[in-house]
Order: sequence, then C-alpha cells, then structure tokens
Amino acid sequence: MSKTTIVVGLDGSEAGERALSFAKARAKMIGDCSITICYVIEWSPFSFQTPEENEQRHKRREEELKLARDRVVDPAVSQTQTEGLEVTGIVKHGDAADILDDIAIAQKASEIVVGRVGLRGLKERLFGGVTGRLVALASVPVTIIP
Amino acid sequence: MKRFVAWGTTAAALGLPTFAAAQDAVSFDQKINDVFAGSTGWFVNLIFMNLPGTSFPWIVLWLVVAASVFTIYFGFIQIKAFGHAISLVKGDYSDPNDAGEVSHFQALTTALSGTVGLGNIAGVAVAVGIGGPGATFWMILAGLLGMASKFTECTLGVKYRNEYPDGTVSGGPMYYMTKGFKERGLPGGKVLAVIFAIFTIGGALGGGNMFQANQAHAQITQITGDFSGLITGVIFAGVVFAVIVGGIKSIASVTEKVVPFMGILYVVAALIILIVNADQIGWAFGQIFAGAFTGLGVAGGFVGALIQGFKRAAFSNEAGVGSAAIAHSAVRTKEPVTEGVVSLLEPFIDTVVICTMTALVITISGVLVMDPATGNFVLNEAGTAIQTADGSSGVALTSAAFATGFSWFPYVLAIAVVLFAFSTMISWSYYGLKAWTYLFGEGKTTELVFKVIFCFFIIVGAAAQLGAVIDFSDAMIFAMAVVNITALYFLMPIVKREMNSYFARIKSGEIVKHV
Repeated sequence: MSKTTIVVGLDGSEAGERALSFAKARAKMIGDCSITICYVIEWSPFSFQTPEENEQRHKRREEELKLARDRVVDPAVSQTQTEGLEVTGIVKHGDAADILDDIAIAQKASEIVVGRVGLRGLKERLFGGVTGRLVALASVPVTIIP
Repeated sequence: MKRFVAWGTTAAALGLPTFAAAQDAVSFDQKINDVFAGSTGWFVNLIFMNLPGTSFPWIVLWLVVAASVFTIYFGFIQIKAFGHAISLVKGDYSDPNDAGEVSHFQALTTALSGTVGLGNIAGVAVAVGIGGPGATFWMILAGLLGMASKFTECTLGVKYRNEYPDGTVSGGPMYYMTKGFKERGLPGGKVLAVIFAIFTIGGALGGGNMFQANQAHAQITQITGDFSGLITGVIFAGVVFAVIVGGIKSIASVTEKVVPFMGILYVVAALIILIVNADQIGWAFGQIFAGAFTGLGVAGGFVGALIQGFKRAAFSNEAGVGSAAIAHSAVRTKEPVTEGVVSLLEPFIDTVVICTMTALVITISGVLVMDPATGNFVLNEAGTAIQTADGSSGVALTSAAFATGFSWFPYVLAIAVVLFAFSTMISWSYYGLKAWTYLFGEGKTTELVFKVIFCFFIIVGAAAQLGAVIDFSDAMIFAMAVVNITALYFLMPIVKREMNSYFARIKSGEIVKHV
C-alpha cells in the first residue's frame, strides 16, 4: 500500500487522457504514490423507467460495466502499469461528482484529478457540469486539467 | 375499473364518424358487439353480480374482505412499515455496490404509472357524483386496507420470480402460483396460473388498452371537435409500437418524465384550489364524515356512499388484482419483503392522496348542487345521482370542478388524460406480455406476435364503440383478482415468515442502513 493515492476520473475523452498523464507525472514525482482510475456511468436511482427497461436493467448494467472496463479503464490501467506505477481501476454507476469524492475518501486520496468537460448545453450552464459540482463538494483538493 | 366512466364519453366520441371506413366499422362493430355480448354477457354478469338483495357487487366485497384479512394477518403492516417504506424508497438501505440496478423508487413509480390514470380523475367524480362526499371516507378506508393486499402480492412476486441466465427477470402471480404452491405441497398451482394468465391477457387488451385508447380519443375530440377515432387509434398504435417493438427510448423517456410531472401538476393544482378555499376544508371533511354515515340525501343513502367509495378504491389501485406483482418483480433485492413494503405506498399515493384530492376539489368547488335549506344534496330527475351545476359527470365533472379554480385547467387535464392513458397502455402491454410468454414461452417471435396484437387492439379501441368487449375485458381484470386472491390466501404464511425474519434482522441490526 502506497503512502498516498491520486484519484483520476476518466470519461473516455481526450481531456480524461490528459488528466491521467498529469496524474502519472505527479505520482512519479511523489514517488510512493498509487493511482486509482475511475469511470463513472451516469445513473440515478430516481429516474423513471418503463417495466421493460426494469426487467432488462440487470443485463444492461452488466453490459455497461463490461464496456467501460474493456474500452476505457482496462487499457488505461495496463498502460499505467507498464510505466511502473501501482494502479487500480474502478467502474461505478451513479453521480460522477459524488462517486469520485466517495472513492477519494474511501482510499484516503490526497487529490482528485479530472479533465475539464466544456460547459456546452443549456443544462450544464444552469446546473454546472460534473467538474463544477466536484469542485463544490470535494473533500480533497481537485485538479482540473484543461 | 374504469367502466363507470365509459358511459357518457364513448357516446360523445363516436357520435358522427366522418369517414366512410369508420361508418362501415360502426355497423361491423355492431355485429361484433352483438355476438360478443351474446357469448360473454354471462361472464360479465357473473363478475359484476350484486350480492342478493343489494346493489353491492360481490367482487368489491371479495377485494375488501381480502384486504381486511391481510391487514389483520400481517398485524397492520401498512401502519407499522410505513416509515420503513419511505426509507427504502429514499435508498437508505440500498447497497452502494448495487448502484445501476433497478431501485425501489423506480419499481414503485413504474407500478404507479400503470394505476394512476383515468380512475383517479374520472372514477372519483363518478363515485362522488353518485355517493356524495361521504364516498370519499370509504374510499380512503378501502385504500388503506388495500395496502396490505399489495404488500402480500408484491412480496410473493419478487420471491418467486424467474431469473434467466442472461440476467433478465420475469415475475408475477403466474410464477408464485406454480412455484409457491409446489413449495407448500398444494395441488392446482399450475391450473390457477394458466387461468390467471388468460385473464391477464384479456384485461391487458381491454381495460389496459382498448378502454384507454377509447377514453383518450373522447378527451381529444372534446377539445378539437369530432373526428374519426381511426386517426387517433393509428397514431397511438404507432407510438406504442415504436416504444414496445422498436424500443424507441426517446419516446419512453419523454413519457417517463412527463407523466410524473402531470401527476405532480394535478396534485399541486388541487392543493392550490384547496389552499385558496382553506376556510372550507373543515366543512368539506365534515361533509365527508357526515356523508359517510348518513348519506346526506344521496342516492342509496349511507350504503350508497359506502358502495361507491369501496368500488372506486378497489377499481383504482388494483390492490389484489396481481398486476403490481408483475411490475415490482424487476427489483434486484435479496429481500422480497422490501419490495412488498415499498408497494404499500402505491394504494396510498393512488387512492389516499390523489383520489382524495379529486374528491375534495369536487366537494369544495360547489359543482354538486345542494339544497341550502336542508343541507342535503339535490338528486337529478332520475334520482340516480347528485345534480351537478352543469349537468356533467365523470371526467367532465372533475374538469368543471378544477375550472372553478383555474379556467385553463380543462386543457391541462385533457393532456393529462391522454398521457395517463398512454402510460397505462405501456404498463399493461408489459403485464399482458408476461402472461403471454408464460403461456406460450419466452422468445422474440412469440413476444412480437403479442405486441403486434396489442397495437392492433389500440386502433380497434379508439375507432370502435365496443361496449360489450370493453365490459368483458374489465370483467377479466377483476377475474384476475378472484384467482390471485385465492392464491394469496394459500401463500400468505410464506409472506408472514419472510416478514418476521426480515423485521427481526432489522431489529437485531443485521440489516443496516447504508447512509
């Protein structure tokens, strides 16, 4: 177990990649530091669903988890490992900002690193994107990579 | 459940079809109607038969007695577990590692969207129109009792559902009848299940489909003027087809958001009217209590109020019918009791909250004509119902009552009725499908056959005036309750065992909150 951990939020975008590069560089500088790569599938237990969607939910969930692991998290984990860093990958459903913070607390992380997702739609302007909310609620320092 | 509303509106909707095709359809309908009435009338009469010497349908007594038995047998579970139900829905007991699975909230709202609908808007107006405000008291009582029936059936629904290797689930009374009876060493489970499945298909195509399409069309024509039901039917069928066959998520997700919004808007509008008339709420409750025991001059006196109230509640929240057990069984929980507890809230929201709101607004709005001298209601000429300010009944009466507060509300109500009809159809298409696959086996082709039949019946329901067919399918829904409750009586010891074990583990701290 390393002395400290950096939590990195990935979303399959280039900004996420840059966040991971930044975290790796930072971890190497610290020395005794592990990286936790997180991919959050946006999901709310308070959405409304049709009976058919409910029936297939478990199957879909498994598919979503597998897809996220295969496409994003596993490649990132193995690539980080080849650079000689200690790394774990986590895929979870929920609110990205909440989950990243929960994981940071659980892992006693020193920092959360995320890529900036541009504020595009009206919804994001009104309610703030994931990065905005993360900054507002995080329990540890947050680094946002443009 | 919704048959009492059908009278006025169907006639209005189908008065003057403008297309030749529709005209042919009418005469064709007539033939179907006659043949159907001739061959199935006995079944309808049997289900809705009155108890000897009364005007009280035995099926309503059957539902109310069952609800009372479950209430006592499970030690007033609806009161004991009410707070726990809210904790469960909030997600307090949900394991964070299960995030992404169907939540209790989702199962509850999915089941609710199948029951909240015309019954809450039109049915209540019929009940209050005939039975007076006193009917509300009995409606609330029956709603509270019905919570125990839901608890029983939904716990069993989750406990005995089928889980398939691909991760999908199928649940409902068919499965607890076969598996539960086998487990208890009782014969006849399979027979009950097959009968239940047949009734469910009938109910899904009728009350859950044709009736909804028919009423939606009637609502639309009230605003736009008369046009052929074929058009409404084809559009509705197209949209439903896109959702259930095409899997078009966007339509489903729009309705998922709009329907609860409509429900909330309805309750908020009712609350505003009540707040504005706050000084009359005491009086309205006085009317409800006084009317419950004296009748205040309504048709049939206090017994009339009681019958109407019980009927309305039983027909609106479907407690004991078995449909909710199908909807709730998709939740992925280790404890079947949790889903039963959550389902308690369904009759509460549907009947105790929403139906009561409607009844209060109608009472306060003054649309029911009262004799200022005696304080009794004035009956119409036929003596069958209370005279209303503009002579309306059903949906139109609710509409008139809300219009006293907001003149534009009838338009919102019309949209709400159409959307509620749509969401009820989606729910019942699923219930029907589960019964269908139980009988004919799971598989893409068998499922498609049912879905196409379902969409076809939407067109028939909107375009035609098939009173006998609709009566028959309504009777089917209550026939479901006959079979389902019979099974529940045999299986309730299993539910009790589960319930005791679950609450003992809550008490001992073995099951803990995650927040």
